[in-house]
Amino acid sequence: MIQPEQPHAVRVVLPAQLRTLASVGREVTVPIVGEVTQRSVLDALESLLPTLEGTIRDRATARRRPFVRFFACEEDLSHEPPDTPLPDAVASGREPFIVLGAIAGG
Amino acid sequence: MSGVRLLVGTRKGAFVLNSDGSRRAWSIEGPHFAGWEIYHLKGSPSDPDRIYASQSSSWFGQVVHRSDDGGKSWQTVGNDFSYAGETGTHQWFDGTPHPWEFARVWHFEPSLDDPDTVYAGVEDAAIFRSTDGGVSWTELAGLRGNDTGPRWQPGAGGMAVHTVILDPSHPDRMFVAISAAGVFRSDDAGESWRPMNKGLRSEFMPEAEAEVGHCVHRIAQHPTRPDTLFMQKHWDVMRSDDAGASWYEVSGDLPSDFGFPIDVHAHEPDTVYVVPITSDSVHFPPDGRLRVYRSRSGGGEWEPLAEGLPRANCYTNVLRDAMDVDHLDPCGVYFGTTGGEVYGSADGGDHWSAIVEHLPAVLSVEVQDVA
Repeated sequence: MIQPEQPHAVRVVLPAQLRTLASVGREVTVPIVGEVTQRSVLDALESLLPTLEGTIRDRATARRRPFVRFFACEEDLSHEPPDTPLPDAVASGREPFIVLGAIAGG
Repeated sequence: MSGVRLLVGTRKGAFVLNSDGSRRAWSIEGPHFAGWEIYHLKGSPSDPDRIYASQSSSWFGQVVHRSDDGGKSWQTVGNDFSYAGETGTHQWFDGTPHPWEFARVWHFEPSLDDPDTVYAGVEDAAIFRSTDGGVSWTELAGLRGNDTGPRWQPGAGGMAVHTVILDPSHPDRMFVAISAAGVFRSDDAGESWRPMNKGLRSEFMPEAEAEVGHCVHRIAQHPTRPDTLFMQKHWDVMRSDDAGASWYEVSGDLPSDFGFPIDVHAHEPDTVYVVPITSDSVHFPPDGRLRVYRSRSGGGEWEPLAEGLPRANCYTNVLRDAMDVDHLDPCGVYFGTTGGEVYGSADGGDHWSAIVEHLPAVLSVEVQDVA
């Protein structure tokens, strides 16, 4: 008998502005069935928290907004294609997928 | 006694200012959405407790908030402003075709009689309508699809629908103003639109009196005289007496005819207010003296209103959506500055005082008459 695939519990760290907007804490855990990629994580995040739709990815293009960055495992993954698998440490929940806003003066 | 509520959008949040009908003492609530740029807030004329707020950020894009209790609490509603059909192109700065790209909501205009219906003027220039309290939005694509659309071009501040006027006497008539395309009118509830820029002259264009391309900063209408419109343009204060079909200049004796806001007295359709600034490159009042100018003759002759306003060393600006009037008697006039002050006059502009100072730069001021 084939067992159904267990979802990955992926930890996502949000910037302060989006925590306030979505009324959540610093970190959110999202279930991912199948491959863990930027796209699958952000799809799951927006499904869980619809108020975040359009705030991380542009609605029209589905591309990362220019002043948003994605970090994980001490690497900048912002420029990785959205369907590239994220590191195993993110998929296993040992390390978070970090969404953050670029710094700005003023 | 009735009261007044001011909805103030700033670079770093929204503030709600309340006073009774005397307009002497004000309470200040906020910041709501602290740290976020709030381009515009506006309440429904048919239900003052219903307020729409446009939150915009270069980082996290467009968010729309709605209050159903006069600004005490807020809920996030829809932010899907997808253009209808083929996206099409407008002119880019280098003259090449450039696809329309949604950036932000500049202005909300709630329906005159239905709190769930609201219009959004957006950048890149288009108008959307929601009939479910801001949850979902549908573009009125006839504006962007106007024959002239491919020739529209942004100015340095972008290309946005910043003014939406719903004509109270003609339910199907609407006006919008676009920087930098001009004024457009619909007579079929937003299905189709015509440019209404005859008489405008803009020296920054190769054809100064072209059909489109004018940088209209703001238009205003008095509800009892809907065919008369007043305009503050990128240079020139203009007037139309035929619902925008033609315009003539009423700058008259203003010290500068450059500015952003323009508004009409609540009870006197010929009393108009502007705030002149020095020039297109010097965005502060002439001589560092902040003065509102009032015409009681529908333009042409203007008087400075300075009582209670800074008489020296004032180098702020008043943006296009940052002035409004109440409907009490005498009429109250209010405006906010990029220096973070909100000034009010409870006597039609004769005397002014600062209602609040040291806010973040003020982007918009809207007045609600409340019970």
